[in-house]
Amino acid sequence: MRLELRGITKRFGALVANDHIDLTVEPGEIHCLLGENGAGKSTLMNVLYGLYEADEGEILLDDEVQHFAGPGDAMAAGIGMVHQHFMLVPVFSVAENVMLGHEPGSGGVLDVESARRQVREISERFGFHLDPDALIEDLPVGVQQRVEIIKALSRNADVLVFDEPTAVLTPQETDELMAIMRQLRDSGASIVFITHKLREVREVADRITVVRHGKVVGEASPTASDADLASLMVGRAVELTVHKDEPRYSTGLLRVSGLQVVDDAGAVVVDDVSFEVRGGEVLAVAGVQGNGQTELTEALLGLQDDVSGSITLDGEELTGRSVRKVLDRGVGFVPEDRTHDGLVGEFTIAENLMLDRSDGPPFVRSGALQLAYRDDFARSAVAEYDVRTLGIDTPVGRLSGGNQQKVVLARELKRNLRLFVAAQPTRGVDVGSIEFIHKQIVATRDAGVPVVVVSTELDEATALADRIMVMYRGRVVGIVPSTTPRDTLGLMMAGIPPVEHGGEAA
Amino acid sequence: MSAAVEAPDMPGTPSDGVEKRQVTQVGWKAAGGLIVIAALFALLLVAAPRDGATKFALSRGSDALQIPLLEIPAMPLAWSCLVLMALIAAISVARTLANRTTSIWAIAAFGALFLVGFLAWAGAGSSGTLSIVSLLSGSLLGAVPLIYGSLSGVIGERSGVINIAIEGQMLAAAFTAAIAGSVTGSPFAGLFAAVLAGMLVALVLALFTVTHRVNQIIVGVVLNVLVLGLTSFFYTQVLVPNAATLNTAPRFGSWTIPLLSDIPVIGPVLFDQAPLIYLMYLVVAGVSFALYRTRWGLRLRAVGEHPKAADTVGVNVERTRYLALLIGGACAGLGGAFYTTVAIDKFGLNMTAGAGFIALAAMIFGKWDPVRAALAGLLFGFASNLQNVLSVVGSPVPSQFMLMVPYVVTLFAVAGLVGRSRPPAANGQPYVKG
Repeated sequence: MRLELRGITKRFGALVANDHIDLTVEPGEIHCLLGENGAGKSTLMNVLYGLYEADEGEILLDDEVQHFAGPGDAMAAGIGMVHQHFMLVPVFSVAENVMLGHEPGSGGVLDVESARRQVREISERFGFHLDPDALIEDLPVGVQQRVEIIKALSRNADVLVFDEPTAVLTPQETDELMAIMRQLRDSGASIVFITHKLREVREVADRITVVRHGKVVGEASPTASDADLASLMVGRAVELTVHKDEPRYSTGLLRVSGLQVVDDAGAVVVDDVSFEVRGGEVLAVAGVQGNGQTELTEALLGLQDDVSGSITLDGEELTGRSVRKVLDRGVGFVPEDRTHDGLVGEFTIAENLMLDRSDGPPFVRSGALQLAYRDDFARSAVAEYDVRTLGIDTPVGRLSGGNQQKVVLARELKRNLRLFVAAQPTRGVDVGSIEFIHKQIVATRDAGVPVVVVSTELDEATALADRIMVMYRGRVVGIVPSTTPRDTLGLMMAGIPPVEHGGEAA
Repeated sequence: MSAAVEAPDMPGTPSDGVEKRQVTQVGWKAAGGLIVIAALFALLLVAAPRDGATKFALSRGSDALQIPLLEIPAMPLAWSCLVLMALIAAISVARTLANRTTSIWAIAAFGALFLVGFLAWAGAGSSGTLSIVSLLSGSLLGAVPLIYGSLSGVIGERSGVINIAIEGQMLAAAFTAAIAGSVTGSPFAGLFAAVLAGMLVALVLALFTVTHRVNQIIVGVVLNVLVLGLTSFFYTQVLVPNAATLNTAPRFGSWTIPLLSDIPVIGPVLFDQAPLIYLMYLVVAGVSFALYRTRWGLRLRAVGEHPKAADTVGVNVERTRYLALLIGGACAGLGGAFYTTVAIDKFGLNMTAGAGFIALAAMIFGKWDPVRAALAGLLFGFASNLQNVLSVVGSPVPSQFMLMVPYVVTLFAVAGLVGRSRPPAANGQPYVKG
């Protein structure tokens, strides 16, 4: 089925999320929609899927104008979507999730057997090996995504939209997803593939449309170079590689040995983890989201309750210390979710910049805030860290993701650090800010501080790291040099140790 | 990784040894609780031993099948119960030390033993008999509003709307049932009016929480207070002056079911009751079937767990929640009708007296499942009825203390025994599209 979007415009108040976007997807074609976070890709797809109503423009399927009042209409017209955040009910079985919304059965009583049969049929067609009775919450993320695909196919979707489908996958799972997408294309489906990852675009796209600030800024061919695609996406030339010299080690040393973290449910989320980071080097912690990286960084800062093992910084034990004491030892921390844990959205930039220094001079004297000092500090930090804002009195919640992250970075790095821990430092950050944040991290390393960076983006991990530690199910699979081939790292992310590759065993 | 997935083509099939370990620490809550209760009971038996025998009656005078009165020496019976209780507590301690959980059946057996022992102690030497039939049938009657109320909670919360307003729904229902029954002279009219009243309160709840996305707990609490105020006002201003015409409700008599009601002990308890109780059996079974086996139930549960997922497959979240709250309101209406069509023939000030909140506790104790919630309702009903039975045999326990029992049982049940109880994931969260 041929999909055509004509002049789609969607406004949220003063913000124009989609500005007269035109897009045509032919049957048997993978059409890639490339753009940064916040460029308006997801909004466009929500319009297509009937979740939002467009202010202007129309959607055509095989040259017929469609009017979608809700996702039900879009599905009935043959549009299927594989959502970035899976639209699956975790406590339901595969069959229940697939049948939800178009349940087989008579008189309102469910016919679970025919739903199971449908799941089996479709999964056999694509070689998925799915058990229709497995609960979603027990399945690995990659398998959950297949359930999403089956959900769309069970409704006979001819137009399939994949919204940032690779964010949660290992490189190998990504490759398999690409194969599935090609298979679907060859069977005649029209596929829209939304992403901001250049590597994937060039691998699978037949046509590429680039969006920036809600507008289509051009088409590109899959043979275009990374640099060309990136500059089209960002609107200026960007440096994609991180420049750093050979590490010059200082005396600083973070030593973690036998660390174990147990969560509330009694699961060992960090299991016997040991590593060392010397001052002046970056250790990147790679792995698929949810394999213990978050808990590891939180344990380093003293945010986890049930921690055993030992964390020493320059010979001093940190486990069992309060967060305040850990901070006072010179640990800087960029949390994974900055809007939730890193910043107070309603507070101004100046207030956020002194959040972790409210216990004494120079910011507080005799219990009173030193407003003049705070504001001077904030003005210099904003200038130094290139935070784009109208002033230091702007609530942090109004800033873009990249600028918010610069505020967090400024707050942490402007203290005297002896250890810097950054979890997902560039998630949801625009390419321009990524460049800046990477430079700051490398500068911190060059100042002789041990740096731990957690990233689920393998490209970022290899770019920043001197050594890479891969975690799987709470354990260290291996610690390897950053020059380790991508394939090896990908296998490590799936729990397969790098024995034959000569990596340093954990 | 789940054993359910046999996927040779999946990368990420880990070698053995990279499975995530589980180090569940079994808590001392269960074992500790059992020890404390056994110790307190032992203390009671030592400090206040009582002479004589306790008479247990297993049948009523009117029953076809008469079972002779059981007259058992009180202290030996109480002490044997205590010994068995201590044994279960010891097993529980041993299991906890071995990091294994205590089974719910062991706890139930412990509770039953404690109950028999306590009744034996309390009834010792009394001239009155402990009627097991009236103990149980009183429990069932006491449980009726709790069970209907908890169903209202289960249906609402499974769709993602916290229903604190059960109390208000039941009170409004009891009030309207009294008036409608008095005016028409038919308990069925009262029942019908009660269902409408319950649904009306539910409609207001839905309007504010679903359409206007006001905080669900606040709306629920406000509705309770509002209904209490309205019914109290109309009761003193209208019902009291016109008690003969507006507040003299006809009651359902019991419908004795032939054969079934002749079964010893449980026959008269379960099958010699008012029709509202028989309806309750059907409603519990029906809600359970509907929730797990029908399209309506699947969609309702999906909306309560992940409304956006439901929305993206074309399920109308708001409509589902409205419908769920209205059906729940009808259930609570039936529960409220119990007060003025079965229990007693007139409305009284605040006559539900917190039953809606106990129903809420029964829902949580029942882990948001209709059948388990009904069982929890029975337990709470039993706890409230115990006092009535003990006062008949002239128990030495002050009645004020026994009045406290149902609430203490509720508190312990919800806080301690419930284990891992997971509410629907989207419970309490208004749904915003997009």
